[in-house]
Amino acid sequence: MNAQLTESLSVAAVSRREFLVRASALGGLVLLATSSGAVKAAEEAKKYGAEGMPHGWKDDPLAFIAIAEDGIVTVVVHRSEMGQGVRTGMPLIVADELEADWSKIRVQQATADEEKYGNQDTDGSRSTRHFFDPMRRCAASARTMLELAAAKSWGVPVSEVKAANHEVVHGKTGRKAGYGSLAKAAAKLPVPARESLKLKAPAQFRYIGKPAHLLDGPDIVQGKAQYGIDTRLDGMLYAVIARSPVFGGKVARYDATEAMSMPGVVKVVEIQGTPGPAQFQPLSGIAVVAKDTWIATKARKTLKIDWDDGPHGSYDSKAYRAQMLESSRQPGTVLRQVGDVDAALANASRKLEAEYYLPHIAHATMEPPAAAARIVNGRCEVWAPTQAPQVTRTDISKRLGIPFENVTVHVTLLGGGFGRKSKPDFALEAALLSKAVDGQPVKVTWTREDDLHHDYFHTVSVERLQAGLDAKGKPTAWLHRSVAPTIGAIFGPDSGHEAPFEQNMGFVNLPFDIPNMRMENPEAMAHTRIGWFRSVSNVPHAFAVQSFVAELAAAANRDHRDYLLDVIGPARKIDPESMKDEWNHGESPQRYPVDTGRLRRVIELVTKESGWGSKLSKGEGRGLAAHYSFLSYAAAVVQVAVDSKGGITIPRVDIAFDCGPHVNPDRIHSQLEGAVVMGVSLAMLGEITFAKGRVEQDNFHQYQVTRIDAAPRDIRIHLVPQSDYSMPLGGVGEPGVPPIAPALCNAIYAATGKRIRQLPIRDQLAPAQLTSA
Amino acid sequence: MQLDINGTAAQVDAADDTPLLWVLRDHLGLTGTKFGCGMALCGACTVHIEGQAVRSCVTPISAVAGKKITTIEGVGSTRIGKAVQDAWLAIDVPQCGYCQTGQIMSATALLGSNAKPSDADIDSSMSGNICRCGTYPRIRAAIKQAAAAVGGKS
Repeated sequence: MNAQLTESLSVAAVSRREFLVRASALGGLVLLATSSGAVKAAEEAKKYGAEGMPHGWKDDPLAFIAIAEDGIVTVVVHRSEMGQGVRTGMPLIVADELEADWSKIRVQQATADEEKYGNQDTDGSRSTRHFFDPMRRCAASARTMLELAAAKSWGVPVSEVKAANHEVVHGKTGRKAGYGSLAKAAAKLPVPARESLKLKAPAQFRYIGKPAHLLDGPDIVQGKAQYGIDTRLDGMLYAVIARSPVFGGKVARYDATEAMSMPGVVKVVEIQGTPGPAQFQPLSGIAVVAKDTWIATKARKTLKIDWDDGPHGSYDSKAYRAQMLESSRQPGTVLRQVGDVDAALANASRKLEAEYYLPHIAHATMEPPAAAARIVNGRCEVWAPTQAPQVTRTDISKRLGIPFENVTVHVTLLGGGFGRKSKPDFALEAALLSKAVDGQPVKVTWTREDDLHHDYFHTVSVERLQAGLDAKGKPTAWLHRSVAPTIGAIFGPDSGHEAPFEQNMGFVNLPFDIPNMRMENPEAMAHTRIGWFRSVSNVPHAFAVQSFVAELAAAANRDHRDYLLDVIGPARKIDPESMKDEWNHGESPQRYPVDTGRLRRVIELVTKESGWGSKLSKGEGRGLAAHYSFLSYAAAVVQVAVDSKGGITIPRVDIAFDCGPHVNPDRIHSQLEGAVVMGVSLAMLGEITFAKGRVEQDNFHQYQVTRIDAAPRDIRIHLVPQSDYSMPLGGVGEPGVPPIAPALCNAIYAATGKRIRQLPIRDQLAPAQLTSA
Repeated sequence: MQLDINGTAAQVDAADDTPLLWVLRDHLGLTGTKFGCGMALCGACTVHIEGQAVRSCVTPISAVAGKKITTIEGVGSTRIGKAVQDAWLAIDVPQCGYCQTGQIMSATALLGSNAKPSDADIDSSMSGNICRCGTYPRIRAAIKQAAAAVGGKS
């Protein structure tokens, strides 16, 4: 257990219960607490997956499945849809196990209610991983109840009837009853015991494992899909907020005289910031509430606000980078040690070291944060594109002093999430503003500038690696120092150290076959809100580790693929705890060991499919990287072409992926395609910088992202087929991202001989940059 | 002020400098046109003015009075718009879907002026539309599929 974080918990102004609930959003900080005496009992009954989450799980088909008299089946989806396809995937699982007709399936989004639905934090690439088995059981329960109802009405043994394609059939007599006619009676029957359920054999699957079209597709292409920002309520007002440009700053004084004089402006409201850790609380600011968004935006410009910048007013990206570099050159907290690295380094025939830098990045979801709220008769209703419905509800209840049961959170579609919308500060703003106008409906919209200035940013990091090679070029020593401010700092006093869920994203839990290894974590304090960004700490860790292995292979004058396979070593299943990973994404170490055989297989598959080793033209190159994250295995080969001016194009990317068995393979493809583009975007262009505590990028002209003309033209996905559905599922949404940046930089090295160790790549290959370097 | 939107006259009570985007979204409830940047940098707010793709977030309503405005809610009634929407569905282009209405408006305008766009044409016409989910390969494929459908058998 991380002693510093434990200590900080006792002084933080959050209860342990609250911390655990919040930490669950991190997908595993919960396990941090399990080795302390206070929660010994919890350890004894350690639960995993959906059952290991704060509100656990109970098989309750009536919470998730409703069948109307006309046979229409409504599936309640309790996870947020942000493009990963969960509103299609969950119904596919239910429809299959229910023996339902897909054309009769409808979707209803659950409101925030974890007592009823179990965990709703849509993060950590775990909706399908956590809920595949539970949703199958719910649907199998419902199917069994329908069969029982039919058998009862016909007076025949239930063993003689069978549900198939939306009806129950009695084989002997040929009698049939549609689901719609049976639903009422079935719903009154007791829910069958879990042990008694018969799940379908995978060979009988009709929908699971086969590509399905998006249920929301028609609404999306016609502009009917409702995102949070599209919420419209009778008499609704529109708000924008001027927030403290520096994290931790606050309004010293303000003058809104001019704004209040503008036609259409209804009210100017100060939003109080909260001292201490950011949590998900709104930042200090001045809100303008008006008749439409444009008036509010114009009026905001006229506000005269003096800010008290607070303790982070001198945060400067250049200075901070130098400070992190300095830290990385000193010993840090030792997190894992294998053998004797110092002796091995002393005896090595060659030593190499490299320092990698990755800047802050912003999520920049295409739908900026936005939410609407109203308060009627003491009841608060909120419409929000939130990845964390229950947290949103809890925080609104507390901040507004409205009983939890009187707060309703409607989860809209999310116009992108990527982790940003796990932090519902924007929904709290809407609720506070509604309260300030006597409960009238208010929608708060963040402009793009607001979004880029006040994100919960992806961490910034320096990764320093040292290795010793023997005479044959084989690594005998590995020393990795990772320096990065932690997400934990938004929850309590800043420990200055990566939390276990960050360490074990490809840094400490490195499945390499090297006899001497040491992983150290020097201190880095946070000066802005640090938050999850798609695949989180895997991004810097994989970039450094997978770049460095390629550097070692080059030094050893060996083929990178062969070298990487040797460093990973033979196929074996590694207990994560043996690598000091007690987190393991909240999953059982027995059920989810790290399987180097699967990691090897995706490397072999992607190199085979991409034509690894075949000849390319001058200025072209291929680069490889592989990474295990979110319990899935990914390997990518990126092909680049570099022109004489240092311009980079990416004609092709191959990615091989093993996430266990599949639900909707088309959405796995699309998530990986998206991961490739996002990986390219952050590698080529992504950078948020601070000066005087303020973000220097205002909009997409300064915070650039990959557009269609620079996206890889040809993305080829190679899924490892898995037909064994008893095999545990891995994550899909995030694990495609981490290998892309290192594979791209390895390709650039292959094409040009230039090693990129800092992101973004931008114009680092331009001749002027090369000569000055 | 009176605006001609999707073939219907709409009375609008808003200041002349109000961008068309906010009139569509806040005043008329046509929320299919999206806000993404407010500076014509992302394309989420794309509509058609007289058939041309225009960023509504920087287009004041005073500039479009009396002109034919088409939004995503109306584009499906045009032959090309419908073909583009159909291709989008057949290929399952969307992920989160937020930017897709703007993408569809840009793609429809492209096919309106160029029946068989090359990859370079697609790059230049579509690079004003950002998709953070990374649906670009499917957008490209869907445009080609829609072009083939509109042009008949190619």
